[in-house]
Amino acid sequence: MSLIRLQNISRRYQMGAETVHALRDVSLEIQRGEYVAIMGPSGSGKSTLMNLIGCLDTATSGSYELNGTNVSDMGDNQLAEVRNREIGFVFQTFNLLARSNALHNVELPLIYAGVSSAERRKIALEALANVGLADRIHHKPTELSGGQRQRVAVARALVNSPSILLADEPTGNLDSKTGAEIMALFEELSRKGNTIIVVTHEEEVARLSRRIVRIRDGLIASDEKVPHSSG
Amino acid sequence: MNFFSELREGFGISWDAIRAHKLRSSLTTLGIVIGIVTVTLMAAAIEGLDKAFLQSISSLGADVFYVQRNSWINENTEGSWLKAQKRRPIRLAEAEALAGQLQLAAVAPVANDSGNSVKYKDRSASTAFIIGTTDEYLDTSGVAVAQGRFLTAADAEGGRPICVIGSEVASNLFRGESPIGEKIKIEDQSFEVVGILEKQGTMLGWSLDNRIIVPLRQFLAEIHNRPEVEIHVKVKGLVQLDEAREELRQAMRHVRHLAPNQPDDFAVNQQDQIVDMFHRVTGRIAIIGLCITSLSLFVGGIGIMNIMFVSVAERTREIGIRKAIGAKRRTILLQFLIEAACICLIGGVIGLGIAWLATLAVKHILPTSLSFNIVVMSLVVSLLTGLISGFLPAWRAARMNPVDALRNE
Repeated sequence: MSLIRLQNISRRYQMGAETVHALRDVSLEIQRGEYVAIMGPSGSGKSTLMNLIGCLDTATSGSYELNGTNVSDMGDNQLAEVRNREIGFVFQTFNLLARSNALHNVELPLIYAGVSSAERRKIALEALANVGLADRIHHKPTELSGGQRQRVAVARALVNSPSILLADEPTGNLDSKTGAEIMALFEELSRKGNTIIVVTHEEEVARLSRRIVRIRDGLIASDEKVPHSSG
Repeated sequence: MNFFSELREGFGISWDAIRAHKLRSSLTTLGIVIGIVTVTLMAAAIEGLDKAFLQSISSLGADVFYVQRNSWINENTEGSWLKAQKRRPIRLAEAEALAGQLQLAAVAPVANDSGNSVKYKDRSASTAFIIGTTDEYLDTSGVAVAQGRFLTAADAEGGRPICVIGSEVASNLFRGESPIGEKIKIEDQSFEVVGILEKQGTMLGWSLDNRIIVPLRQFLAEIHNRPEVEIHVKVKGLVQLDEAREELRQAMRHVRHLAPNQPDDFAVNQQDQIVDMFHRVTGRIAIIGLCITSLSLFVGGIGIMNIMFVSVAERTREIGIRKAIGAKRRTILLQFLIEAACICLIGGVIGLGIAWLATLAVKHILPTSLSFNIVVMSLVVSLLTGLISGFLPAWRAARMNPVDALRNE
């Protein structure tokens, strides 16, 4: 069974009098444990696709099965639960809560999942240790470097053990060295069996994945495996 | 989801948000503070008025009936005023007959007059009330004797010219001399002062200490030979007041020989009537006053709503992040409601503090104090103001689309 199964997904927006077709009849399957890059120029529909996969948005037509559950007809609150349980987001701009320290940021998904505070702290500390930030737990985002912030974001994304790690331009705001570090972290997570989807327009970043899906004008232009000779 | 931990998270966020915008929060709170101060002071003032009024009529006594020609309050039936004017005055003989019928009560016939000449040496006290009554008046009026003694049964029956004077009369006429045993002249008749009453204060602005009590027989002989009297009746023992009142009414009807189909041509007055009437008035004042003062609270509430809309707009991205991570609508709604409620509660507590100081300041004019009820009311009102004015902004936040919210810069 596929982890993600999109069937004939379309997404239209109404912009004034004009209807924008962001996605046209897209079908896509992703298996558990895959490491996929979604590429495309801006306006291609790749962000829309990411929002749909991440359950932040719902399709105008078509069906979406995530981990065996049909999520296409779910309401706001149900989708919030699915996001909390199944999806870990990593954003280009990190999107950490500025007034909270690293530990609280990582604890947040657990709060919404209703985990008890002692348990929450234990899991969050573990997640921060896993991304190498055990000594930075009481720092606020402004007291951390870009790379450290993105690590906090990764820790937050993984703290609920979601089915998918969904990253939107994760290296976009980082210099190439720290960007490489984050991508190395992704590689490690992938090897541990996490399902990772990276949305990017950088060819080098996409090349690190195992499969590249290219979007153009709301359609899948190509879907190919990445040959890794050396690994 | 765990509601309690959500609530705690909500409090944490609100506290952070309030602290992060200290000036803004305090200005917003100020609106609520002013609103709560006015509402609280209004409520305290009404309670104070009530207390002052009850205090001032407490000399009437809750368990004393006053049988008089007319009712204290308007009986409110058409033409009743004219009819009441034509009623027969109550005479002493009727009072005595009534006293004979009522065994378990202190019954004092009371005749009074004013504007008589009252002199001691070259000083006069002509504004004093002259009251002619019996020894039972001590029971029915609740007065206490400060010096000397009150009238005895023998005094009331006999013709010895003695009197008991109020504290104001004593200080006006005697200026520090001891009045006991001295003689004052009322309408050129000498009365020996045998007692001085304790200071009683005022009732509805009337001084209760400016009076001279003389034996009823002396009153008839020297001041007024056929006066209209009132009958003061104090029930003894634990009796239902309503029953006692009815019994008294029937007895008086009997005394006056009223046929069963005739209406009463007298009134049985009691403190409760005045209290009821007063409460009807203060009840209306309270409603109108609270409506007016709550306008300022309303303005404060608008301030809260306004600032919450700003807060929601500023934190759109944060809302997006929280939603992406799994916050439901309820969670976001709760978060902003708690923030609005906290601002208002802080305002409520500060407002109560100011109102408390204000009541201390006016304590000499009005016996006000912040009762437990008022404190609870103020806190509940400020909490409700927060919840009501915070609802619309919180609802807007809760309904945000996460994609749009995240895109917000």
